[in-house]
Amino acid sequence: MSLTLEEVRHVASLARLSLSAEEEVLMRTQLSAILDAVAELSRVDTSAVEPTSHAAGEVAPWRADEVRPSFPPEKALGNAPAKVGTSFAVPKIIE
Amino acid sequence: MSVSDFQPVIGLEVHAQLLTRSKIFCGCSTEFGAPPNAHTCAVCLGMPGVLPVLNQTVVEFAVRAGRALGCRINPVSVWSRKNYFYPDLPKGYQISQYDQPLCSHGALEIDGDDGAPRTIRILRIHLEEDAGKNVHDSGGGESLVDLNRSGVPLVEIVSEPDLRSSAEAVEYLKALRDVLVYLGVNDGNLEEGSFRCDANVSVMPKGASKFGQRVELKNINSFRFVQKAIDYEIGRQVELIESGGKVAQETRQFDSVRGETRSMRSKEEAHDYRYFPEPDLPPLRIPPGYVERIERELPELPRAKLQRFTGTYGLPAYDAKILVSDRALADFFEKVQSAYGGPAKKLANWFTGELLRLLKEESTGLGALKFSPDQFAALLKLVDAGELSNNAAKDVFAEMFRTGRAPKDIAQEKGLGQVQDSGAVEAAVGAVLAANPGEVEKYRAGKKQVLGFLVGQVMKAMKGKGNPALVNAALKAKLGE
Amino acid sequence: MELTELSMLELGKKLGSGEVSSVEAVRACLSRVERFDGKVKAFLRVDAEGALAQAEAADRRRKDGTRAGPLDGVPIALKDLFLTEGLPTTAGSRILESFVAPYDGTAVELLKAAGTPILGKLNMDEFAMGSSTENSAYFPTRNPWNLALSPGGSSGGSAAAVSARMAYGALGTDTGGSIRQPAALTGTVGLKPTYGRVSRFGVVAFASSLDQVGPMTRDVADCAALLQAIAVPDPRDSTSAPVKAPDYLAELEAGVRGMKLGLPREYFELDGMDPEVRAAVEAATKALEALGAELVPVSLPHTRYALATYYLVAPAEASSNLARYDGVRYGLRASEPKNLLSMYGRTRDQGFGLEVKRRIMLGTYALSAGYYDAYYLKAQKVRTLIKKDFEDAFRTVDAVLSPTSPTPAFRIGEKVSDPLAMYLSDVFTLPCNLAGLPGLSLPCGFTRASLPVGLQILGRPWDEARVLRIARAFEREHDFHRRTPPLEAA
Repeated sequence: MSLTLEEVRHVASLARLSLSAEEEVLMRTQLSAILDAVAELSRVDTSAVEPTSHAAGEVAPWRADEVRPSFPPEKALGNAPAKVGTSFAVPKIIE
Repeated sequence: MSVSDFQPVIGLEVHAQLLTRSKIFCGCSTEFGAPPNAHTCAVCLGMPGVLPVLNQTVVEFAVRAGRALGCRINPVSVWSRKNYFYPDLPKGYQISQYDQPLCSHGALEIDGDDGAPRTIRILRIHLEEDAGKNVHDSGGGESLVDLNRSGVPLVEIVSEPDLRSSAEAVEYLKALRDVLVYLGVNDGNLEEGSFRCDANVSVMPKGASKFGQRVELKNINSFRFVQKAIDYEIGRQVELIESGGKVAQETRQFDSVRGETRSMRSKEEAHDYRYFPEPDLPPLRIPPGYVERIERELPELPRAKLQRFTGTYGLPAYDAKILVSDRALADFFEKVQSAYGGPAKKLANWFTGELLRLLKEESTGLGALKFSPDQFAALLKLVDAGELSNNAAKDVFAEMFRTGRAPKDIAQEKGLGQVQDSGAVEAAVGAVLAANPGEVEKYRAGKKQVLGFLVGQVMKAMKGKGNPALVNAALKAKLGE
Repeated sequence: MELTELSMLELGKKLGSGEVSSVEAVRACLSRVERFDGKVKAFLRVDAEGALAQAEAADRRRKDGTRAGPLDGVPIALKDLFLTEGLPTTAGSRILESFVAPYDGTAVELLKAAGTPILGKLNMDEFAMGSSTENSAYFPTRNPWNLALSPGGSSGGSAAAVSARMAYGALGTDTGGSIRQPAALTGTVGLKPTYGRVSRFGVVAFASSLDQVGPMTRDVADCAALLQAIAVPDPRDSTSAPVKAPDYLAELEAGVRGMKLGLPREYFELDGMDPEVRAAVEAATKALEALGAELVPVSLPHTRYALATYYLVAPAEASSNLARYDGVRYGLRASEPKNLLSMYGRTRDQGFGLEVKRRIMLGTYALSAGYYDAYYLKAQKVRTLIKKDFEDAFRTVDAVLSPTSPTPAFRIGEKVSDPLAMYLSDVFTLPCNLAGLPGLSLPCGFTRASLPVGLQILGRPWDEARVLRIARAFEREHDFHRRTPPLEAA
């Protein structure tokens, strides 16, 4: 298989996904199959090709430096799972 | 071996907030000090469905900074996503510029440790958005997230590792800050966090050509700490090497209380930022003529102004540096000097003395000054003409500062004019000598120092308004009889 | 004729003449929702109160003579990834189950301005990742033509609602075929506009360089009218092109005489294409030939790499776009998190379904250190070659024809545990997204089992008007679009 379990765990950690043991195994199998399938791209000669980094052709105009109204607290924090005053609250960040 | 056998090598990364009114990708205000999350909207909160739109003044300020620092402005630069998870980063990625920045290959001249000018190369300058702030709630076991700062525009200015001492590092930072403040693109405030600095520090044996392992120092928020942190780190690395150890690649934090750098455990693992071009923003294209227009509008920069003040005005470096430290102050000096025409050093003394003192005491800004350059010049001319003593002039100046009235009017009203009339002086001198025959005897017997006492008496009799030179001359003349 | 049998524009005319009220039209839709949606399950949320209030306002405007336009008062529904202020917007996911949108997206604002009452939010594959609507965290939507089958995806709810006449029209989004494929499987018309034609502001993002908003309707004229309402440049979207849309209805009936229509060899040679689909589509191309178009064989040599390209680019962008779902500011947060890391990990593991997690993992891997060049960068280069294929083809032809989907609607449960098999459903639709071109699907036939077959028409960038015109020319001579699914009997 293209991926080891270790690699699956590393990617899951980068993506902040706490996968269960079963999910890890499933991911390893399925992702490996997909990676095998996409491997055929390596056969395409792209030596003289630029990547399509941007799909939009035209350049959109820039914005004037004007202050526009911000959200009132109800909107900014209306969906907050936890808050203290007008701050979002999260478990303590250990530096 | 000791520290002196090693050559420190230092590179600096500065993040400077741009003084635009609104954020880089949305219209929220960038004003500091608002209640948490008062300056947020769907975009800078990273809500579902939002998209970034570039603030045109951000580009202008960045190009200004780039040209002032001698950089090439790249006609096309690319936005990138820097992906990582942190509560103060609402989208889970920062929009920045990675492999194709806006500016490259500039330089900043500073005074080296030996006083000779040194050119510090600037590798690149790029644009990015700031993250919010995490505050640790001491009460609960929580951290509080304020996203007011999320989306404030930043330029990141990266120097080459050309600095060779902590003192040079401080010089570079000060010079860089002065340029940005002069340009009006940054307010130079380290304590508030609008001008932040990370240092990359390594050491190598003197004379070597291969750099040692560098360590990143973060969280340095004053010029004093920059010097301390770098010096500590240099010492730490040298000691480590001398005891047979190896410097590890890591990120360290400066602990200002202990005066040492400490490893930042959480940042120990190398981040995989998975940079890729930002699909929501087309490449940044600088229109033809744009850079030229900005160049034409660039002000004279601090170093050039300093050279002119020491050269053309002949001012000592110390004075010149103070005057040049604030662009508005320097401009005001030149206006007054132009109206005055007298010795620039005299005017400089007034600036570095009375003017700065009053500005500080009254917490006034130069823009709120009530008197004009012409009036200031007129005051100095009065002193030069002998019409006002220096002390009286200081009183007049204080009144000018308060009311903006003309110096001559103030002096007249307060009766502060020096008495120039030789007749009045003669009369006062005569009276004092008559009243102090003992002192006269002592003087004539050879005790010249009593002259001081007699001058004091005359001044007292003239209520301080005697022209000191005239009084001295008159006394000597009369005593000599 | 039942009120809900009318097209959007037909209803619009009757609303304009006062023959019928918008409130009646809304009620007619709600009545069908009540009768059939228990089985079809197209809607995640029905906003009867809101829709009726909007309908009343439309009726008032008609009385005052201030109708907003031809669609004022015509009830529509929205895929649940359009942010609608004050209403929950879930993107078909548990991670946004409780999320109430604090703003209206641009397309929603435009439709509100056009006066179309919004009946509710429609089911979809979670975060638009899927081709069957089986990846919805809530329930699968069923195909009105056969309730055991999938309506396609990810805009499956939109397609089913329009097909079952529970809404007159709908908006969907298309990243790899998510408007066109469900349109084909449900016998409706679906258009993905040129990339940049319609604003993405206020649309939950899946893959930023591929996503586009588009109309899903029963006929081509409706499609043109609904596109007209939303094809407006938006200063809030930096990828929204500052180009004014033409009048899409103006040339709609102009026909195909003299046009050159390309038949891409690689599409028709595909293994695994259902023979009935092939037959219906080939007949449709012949029909267009009979109407005066010239059929021209073309080659799009990099077609075979489109699937791999898409399944590297789209998940990579998605892995980044979905990083914001972290439990900090909105949406689900795992209960009693031990610490920050655990909060992130458990929130996202619980909140995201399997397909979403799979694509996040794939995308993260494709962008990660050491793999970026071989995967993401490589895919973006091959993408350029795919675009070039079309540019070359469009030198000799005005549009490209193909089947929309290689098969008709498939059984629910048939492909969901085999991701690669599911991905193949989009093999004809993907290249169009990679190239940023406009693409439309319209009904062109039925299988013996009475399942719809869709014809896909791809056009040059910004050439939606021509694509619509070709579709209308075909539609005018046939009545596939008039057939209705046998829901009463189901």
